[in-house]
Amino acid sequence: MGSHHHSDRRQFLAEGAALASLAVGAVQSVGAQTPQSDARLKDNLAYGQPSRFDNTVRRSLGSATPITDTALTTPLQDLDGIITPSGLHFLMDHVNGIPDIDPAQHRLLMHGMVDRPLTFTMDELRRFPSVSRVYFLECNANSRPLRGPNGDSVQLVHGRTSCSEWTGVLLSVLLKECGVQSGASWVIAEGSDANKYTMSIPLVKAMDDTLVAYAQNGEPVRPHNGHPVRLVVPGWEAIRAVKWLSRIAVVDQPAMAWHEAGNNADTRPDGKALGFRFALGPKSIITRPSGGHRLPGRGFYEITGLAWTGGGAVRRVDVSVDGGRTYKEAQLQQPVHRYAHTRFRFAWEWNGEQAVLQSRCTDEQGEVQPTIAEAAKVLGVTPEYFFQADHFNGIQPWKVNQDGSIQNALL
Amino acid sequence: MRCSRLLTATAALVLSASVTAPAQGPTYRLGTTPSAEEIRVRDTAVSPGGKALPPGSGTVKQGALVYAQKCQTCHGPNGTGTRLHRGLIPLGNAKPVKIEGSLVPYATTVWDFVNRAMPSTKPGSLTPDEVYAATAFVLFLNDVIEESDILDATTLPNIRMPNRDNFLAVEIDWKPGQRRPLGHYP
Repeated sequence: MGSHHHSDRRQFLAEGAALASLAVGAVQSVGAQTPQSDARLKDNLAYGQPSRFDNTVRRSLGSATPITDTALTTPLQDLDGIITPSGLHFLMDHVNGIPDIDPAQHRLLMHGMVDRPLTFTMDELRRFPSVSRVYFLECNANSRPLRGPNGDSVQLVHGRTSCSEWTGVLLSVLLKECGVQSGASWVIAEGSDANKYTMSIPLVKAMDDTLVAYAQNGEPVRPHNGHPVRLVVPGWEAIRAVKWLSRIAVVDQPAMAWHEAGNNADTRPDGKALGFRFALGPKSIITRPSGGHRLPGRGFYEITGLAWTGGGAVRRVDVSVDGGRTYKEAQLQQPVHRYAHTRFRFAWEWNGEQAVLQSRCTDEQGEVQPTIAEAAKVLGVTPEYFFQADHFNGIQPWKVNQDGSIQNALL
Repeated sequence: MRCSRLLTATAALVLSASVTAPAQGPTYRLGTTPSAEEIRVRDTAVSPGGKALPPGSGTVKQGALVYAQKCQTCHGPNGTGTRLHRGLIPLGNAKPVKIEGSLVPYATTVWDFVNRAMPSTKPGSLTPDEVYAATAFVLFLNDVIEESDILDATTLPNIRMPNRDNFLAVEIDWKPGQRRPLGHYP
């Protein structure tokens, strides 16, 4: 770096510092205990709120573990299109409290096997060329069969997936700025929560499409979703998408941190444990009508749902109304984004007889979503295995009874 | 096995990195250079090789004291776990079962998590000696080490966790755009 750049940067930093002190002054005048956002959120017009008749909300399974602050699921059955409103994004935190971070004070440190270790402020991250991309995030424990009361709600069984438009700078841009040295093969990403949540990501993925995201659906990422900056690792289990990102170390072996070493490995009946399962399988779920709904009578209904895959783009979704005996291709909402929720729609005339509705996703790699029986056969297990295993992407059947009530018919 | 697969992945990586990014000079010249001290303070993650382990040591006996003072409230008197207490046992079953903490392939993983996240009321507050001692106690409770063993930067990475060979790294060799291995899911 030449002296010319140093002087440019000093000038910028001086301006930045002046701006920062202005901002700090503004916050302090409100009172040290009252962040700006409190004052703003009290006013429904300053930040609009849904209708008081609308009860589209996240719900809890009510069984958070001691290290999990929040386990809230997205109300998939109540949503349309492909974007999950930020306030309804699922939350599953393996941390010890949600950090309350002033972006002006936040720094991202990048170091390790690089030519130039660098620290970035949020202002600097925002000066890099930005990209906006629609990506899903899905918890690898999503879709365990029959989860929640009666196992009948698409929200409680499948609601640990959400989809947002994320904006930020590609991690590859930042890594190139630091100059990755030969021999490096992984990055370790660390959050600034109390536990300094840690995950390892292969350098190939870090240099491919991994995003350092500061905005979600057009506004700053919300505190529970990683404010002021987080990783989004497209198509991969969301435990890799480190929130409140504060450090990237370029290394030559994975950290084997607590939440990646074994806690998230799936154990098979033969005693082997499957670790480092990054990409999620092709999955589709009929969200409406679905478990817990009741059809008021025979006649026309639109069957709709979401499909997504860690393999890239959803190529097709097929829908069956007879429990999988016959399938017909559903209509996909365009454009189909890679590594994103894809909305499918299917016209259906209910004749009042018992029916079993289910969908099947095929992705651009040609991988096909299995039935639970097919999935069990692959691993040589009984279907009950999936009650405790993660990464389950089996087909979800909903049974429509003659009285119009709908229940989970997976097992 | 994991090591050799890792090495293979590394070799492929180096190759592709040098092809896609021939000149990795700074393009945007944003950011500032952190001091060596800042990096040292922040660079605490301990990987299986144990390179980042600090000086210090701890015994099982010392660990029992640390445990009684700082861990027992949450984890229960014997570390067995209850509905209210998060269990510490077993870390090393011959056949892994899905119990929290039962799937740890490296002793460094225990050290690192105790160091960064414990005790939950004041994460990161333990001294290196206390972390070595607490780790020794937990590993002793799990029949991984002997009561007379001393843990330090040399001995800890050499502990062989009983389950290590039962871990299959499924997608270590994954490359962008590649189809997942057949039978990988679910």
